[in-house]
Amino acid sequence: MIQEETKKATYTIPVGPIHPALKEPIRLALTVDGEEIVDVDIFAGQVHRGIEWLGMNRNNAIQNIYLAERICGICNICHPFAYILAVEQAAGITPPPRADYIRAITAEMERIHSHLLWAGVAAHEIGFDTIFYLAWRVREEIMDLIEYVTGNRVTKAIFQIGGVRRDITEEQFPRIRQSLDYYKSLFGQLKRVFLDDKTIRMRTKNVGILKREDALKLLTVGPSCRASGVTKDVRQDQPYAAYADLDIKAVTPDMVTGTVVGDVYDRIIVRLLEVKQSIEIIEQCLEKMPPGPILAQPKTAVLLKTLTQAEGEGVGRAEAPRGEVIHYVRLEAGQSTLATWKVRAPTYVNLMSVPTILKGMQIADVPIAFASFDPCMSCTNRVVVTDRASGGNSVMSYEELSRLSVEKTKELLR
Amino acid sequence: MEKLTPQAIIDSFGKKLGEGFIGSSIYEREIAVKKNKFRSLWIEVKKSAFRDAVAHVCHIQEYPHLAIISSSDLGTEVELIYHFTIYYGEHLQELSLGLRVKLPKSDLTIPTITDLIPGALFTERETQEMMGVEVVGIPDKRRLFLPEDFPEGAYPWRKDEKGPPNDMLRVLPGREPK
Repeated sequence: MIQEETKKATYTIPVGPIHPALKEPIRLALTVDGEEIVDVDIFAGQVHRGIEWLGMNRNNAIQNIYLAERICGICNICHPFAYILAVEQAAGITPPPRADYIRAITAEMERIHSHLLWAGVAAHEIGFDTIFYLAWRVREEIMDLIEYVTGNRVTKAIFQIGGVRRDITEEQFPRIRQSLDYYKSLFGQLKRVFLDDKTIRMRTKNVGILKREDALKLLTVGPSCRASGVTKDVRQDQPYAAYADLDIKAVTPDMVTGTVVGDVYDRIIVRLLEVKQSIEIIEQCLEKMPPGPILAQPKTAVLLKTLTQAEGEGVGRAEAPRGEVIHYVRLEAGQSTLATWKVRAPTYVNLMSVPTILKGMQIADVPIAFASFDPCMSCTNRVVVTDRASGGNSVMSYEELSRLSVEKTKELLR
Repeated sequence: MEKLTPQAIIDSFGKKLGEGFIGSSIYEREIAVKKNKFRSLWIEVKKSAFRDAVAHVCHIQEYPHLAIISSSDLGTEVELIYHFTIYYGEHLQELSLGLRVKLPKSDLTIPTITDLIPGALFTERETQEMMGVEVVGIPDKRRLFLPEDFPEGAYPWRKDEKGPPNDMLRVLPGREPK
């Protein structure tokens, strides 16, 4: 009896919510019946950093731009983008049109790099490391271009309330076009690798299906909802910045296959086509970019004074690579910090559909199905598996899950 | 259902809610070179009419998108704004709709809307733990982001004595404690 208890206790001791070897912390509790998943519970918030609290208590409105950049290591254009849109609405500041175009160009560069990063991760999750290396090698080109345009590879620090901090000049256009041409020449190859490969098709078709109705009910956003056939894209629906001048159409998988299934394969299609769409958007922006200043108020001290005296509220929405980002900001006169700051990243809502898609699936399919949502807290780093038959609880490490997934691919290849 | 103009939407809310309708405003801005319009609506309702208001949003748009609930501590009351978007899916047609409801601090409760919009669960759980607004009838009462050892009765977004206790706050070098 005593032995029995000791055994159980060792099974349920967690490796710690934030294990140093894992990428980003989130915990899923899966209840399984044999190999089949019957229930899923999500535990978020292992790394809640209180960023909104800092914005409301410590930082002024301009410092918050750089704090917003640090919400996410990948989406560090779209968070400040949504944030400045909200502040501009609250304070009644209109950015010059040239800044709108520069903002859109940098945001699309971010989408290209993020989708390629995801493509690599997805390939890695099913044990296809050759494609993982290929995708990340190809991604380096856009990272170099981002550095060339903004001065930084990761946190770009290019946004300012009422404009941008760096211009894109005529002399830079040829270098930008060179990178875009590189991706255009590669597109056919990427499409062949990701959409025609037999193993990828076997591992992704009819896996992790999210039906259109569920996507709508669970408020799914971004490529994950578009892959389920919902034509929802902030750039199309309620365009901001330069997108308002362009005719953007939300990408859905039926553009390639003629039907919408809403599985992992469809999510690959959507992201691939969006890379192409982003290239076209950047080209159009370069073509149409109006001349003029890039800042409404170049003097930071004056801007800060205006913001401190401003009173109002605003909502900024931007289409991040993973879906809609929304920031709500309330400014009160005489207060340099924000009165209210609410941030909602796309993974926040996308996580809610995870139980729906995982139910009825095999454990070995968890990594790719979960990764297909491109969750910002990366992969299923840690999963608790509860076996319904035995009632036992065990913690499965990411490595173990990954091994299961890789083995499944190998089995299929045999 | 036919798409209504922003003013017609506001009128329909007024008609539907009657006494429960407090006020509204329309925000419009021209953007970029072509000067296309960016529009959003703000509607304030009484707490008693809140459920009807959400049901009316669901009537105007099948599956309205609820982006987030934002909450502000206004001193004697807490303001919740439910940020909806409607008419999505077509170029330039979408409208943002902020549904505002104010709760006195003596009665910080709001009915759940998860029966109308299942995806509202996370944001209701967050509002509950961060602002201390009790969501009546919420199907999952657990915390979402706050760790289990966070003190009961303290709410990070509150600006009164129920905010996070001082010993939890790190004071930066060269700064005075708040």
